Amino acid sequence: MLAATFADFMQQVVSGLASGGIYAALALALVIIHRSTGVINFSQGEMATLCTYIAWTLTVNHGWSYWPAFVATLGFSFVFGVATHRVVIRPVERGNVLRVVIVTIGLLIAINGFVVWQWSGEPQALQSPFGTDTIDIGGVVISWQDVGTILVTLGIVVLLWLLFQFTKLGLALRAAAVNPEEARLVGVRVTWMLALGWGLAAVLGAVAGMLTAPSVGLDPQMMQPILIYAFAAAVLGGIDSPFGAVVGGLTLGVMLNVIGVYVDFVGAELKLPVALLVILVVLLVRPSGIFGRPEVKRV
Amino acid sequence: MSPRVKQIVGLVSFAIFAVVVLVVPAFIGAFRAQQLAYVGIYLIALLGLNILTGYTGQISLGHGAFMAIGGYTTAILMAGNEQYGQEGVLAVSGGMKDVWTIPIAGLVAGIAGLLFGLPALRLSGLYLALATFAIAVALPSALKRFEEFTGGGSGINLFGIPELTAGISPVEIFGRELVFNDWLYYLCWSIALVLFGVAWLILRGRTGLAFRAVRDSETAAVSSGVSLAQYKTLAFGISAAYAGVAGSLFAIATTFVNPDTFPIALSIFLLVGVVVGGLGGLAGLVFGAIFIQFLPLWAQGEGVFSRLPGFIVDRTKEPGAPAIIYGVVLILLMFFLPNGVGGLFRRVGQALTRWRYSRTA
Repeated sequence: MLAATFADFMQQVVSGLASGGIYAALALALVIIHRSTGVINFSQGEMATLCTYIAWTLTVNHGWSYWPAFVATLGFSFVFGVATHRVVIRPVERGNVLRVVIVTIGLLIAINGFVVWQWSGEPQALQSPFGTDTIDIGGVVISWQDVGTILVTLGIVVLLWLLFQFTKLGLALRAAAVNPEEARLVGVRVTWMLALGWGLAAVLGAVAGMLTAPSVGLDPQMMQPILIYAFAAAVLGGIDSPFGAVVGGLTLGVMLNVIGVYVDFVGAELKLPVALLVILVVLLVRPSGIFGRPEVKRV
Repeated sequence: MSPRVKQIVGLVSFAIFAVVVLVVPAFIGAFRAQQLAYVGIYLIALLGLNILTGYTGQISLGHGAFMAIGGYTTAILMAGNEQYGQEGVLAVSGGMKDVWTIPIAGLVAGIAGLLFGLPALRLSGLYLALATFAIAVALPSALKRFEEFTGGGSGINLFGIPELTAGISPVEIFGRELVFNDWLYYLCWSIALVLFGVAWLILRGRTGLAFRAVRDSETAAVSSGVSLAQYKTLAFGISAAYAGVAGSLFAIATTFVNPDTFPIALSIFLLVGVVVGGLGGLAGLVFGAIFIQFLPLWAQGEGVFSRLPGFIVDRTKEPGAPAIIYGVVLILLMFFLPNGVGGLFRRVGQALTRWRYSRTA
C-alpha cells in the first residue's frame, strides 16, 4: 500500500518536473529579456505559439519530420526575436519602462490575432517526437514524453549556460545587460547584444511551445496559462537570476502537480490561485525572490 | 504658464467638459448613451489606477480584482446570497437599492486595497506587478469555488429585480423622465465628474506631493519625512476604492455579475488605458477610457473605421484581424505618443506658451 502511494507520488513528481521544465524554459526567456531590457515581455508566450505553428506547418503541410522542423523553427524563432527587438522594442526603449510593457502587450494581442487569422482558432495536433510509450522504473510509470521534455529543456538550458559563461559572445551579452554604458566604451555593440538576447529568449520560448503542444494540443491560447506560470516561476526564483528561473520553474511544476492531487480543498480548480498564493508568501519573506539579490541603489 | 493661470485654465476646461457631458445625451441614441456610460465607468477606474501607478509609481496589474470586489458587493447587497446557501455572518438577504450600494462598494474595495497595500509595502516594481497580477488571476477561480457566497460560476443576476435596479422602468428625476440608458449615463458621469474633482483635490495638496515624492525617489521621500508605509498604503486604498465604485457601476450597467465579468484582460486594459491617457495627468484619462471602450469596436471595422476604403473594412471581418489592428494601433500609439494623450496636451500647452511669450510685439 505504502509502496503504491509512494510510486503515485513519484509519478506526480516526474510529470511535475516535465511541465516544470517547460515553465523553466519560458521563465528563463523572461529573465534574459528582463536582464537586458528591464521589462517583462508579455508577448513571450504568443511568440512561442507562433513558432510552434511554424513547426506544425512544416511537419503537416510540408511533410518534414519532427526534428528537422524543430531545428528550422529554432532558427526562425531566433531571427523573429532579433527582428522584434530591432523593429518594435528599440524605438521605445528610452523613457518610461511602462511604454515597453504596453508595446509587448500590443505585440501579444497582434501576434495572437495573426495566429488566429493565419491558422484559424481550431485546435491542431502536433505529433510527439517521443511517442506515447511509457517506462516502468520500480513501479513508477513515466512517459517518454515527460523524460524527453525534461532532457530537452535541461539540454537547452545547459547550452545557454555554456554560451553565457564560457564564450566571448556570452561575456559581451552579460556586459551589455549589466552595464551598457561601460560595455559600449570597451567596444561591445550593445544594441546588437540586446537584440541577440531577444533572439535567444525567442528560441527558449519556441522550445517550450514545441514541447507543450504534443501533450496539451496546439491552439492560439496554448501558451497563455504557461506564461503566467513562467512569470510566477521567474519571480519566485528572482527575476534577474537565470539559475533561479530554472529552479523556480521546476519547483512550481512539481508543487502544482502535488498540490492539485493531494490537497482535496484545492483540486484542479484552485491550483493556480494556491500556487500564486504560495509565491506571494515567499515574496513577502524574500522580496527579491529566492535567488535574487536585493537591489542596492545609490542615492 | 504660472500655477495660478494653469489652475484657472484647468477649472474652465473642467467646467466646459462638465457642460458637454451634461448635454450630450440630447444628441445621441440610447445605445450610444450606454456605450458612453461605460466610458465614464472606465474613467473612474483609470482615475484610481493613475493615483497608484501614475502618481505613486506602484504598478498594479490587478485592478480588475478591486472592480470585481465592488461589483460583487453591489450584486450581493441587492440580490442577497441566502438563496445560494450562505449561512452565518456572511449571509446577506439583499434588497438594497442599487445607488445606495455604490458608496458601500467603494468602501469595501477601499478596505481591501488598504489590507492588500500593507503586505505590498515589501514589494516593488515587477514583484508588486506580479502580486497584483496574481490576485486578478486567482479571483475568478476563487469566486467559482466559494459559490455559497458568490453564486458560483453562473454569478448573480440583477435583472430579475426591477424594483431595485431603477433601470427597467423609466426613472423620474427633477420632473423629467429618463430611459434606462440615459439614467445610466447620468449616474456614471455624475459620479465620474465628482470623483475627478476629488482626485484633483487629493493630488494638488500635501498628499499628492507626498505621492509624487515616493514615485520619484523613495530615499529622498523618506529623508524629507514622508512615511513610505503610510502613503503607499493610502494610495492603494484610495485607488482600490475608485476601482470598487467603477466595479459597482459596472454591475449595475450589465445587470449581472459572474466570475468572467472581471477577467484578467480587464486589469491589463486598465493599465493600457492609464498609459495611453498619460501617466501622472488627469485630463488625458478621458481618452484612455474612450480607448478602452471604443478601440475594440473600431478594430472590428465599426465607427470611425467604417469610413476606411471598402477592401480594408472587409478585411477586418476576418477572424483574428481585429486583434491585429488593435495590437498594431497600441504599438503605434506608444511610438508616436510616448507620454500618452496627456503628454500631447502638455506639449501643445508648452508650445502655445512659448509662442505667446516669444512673439515680438
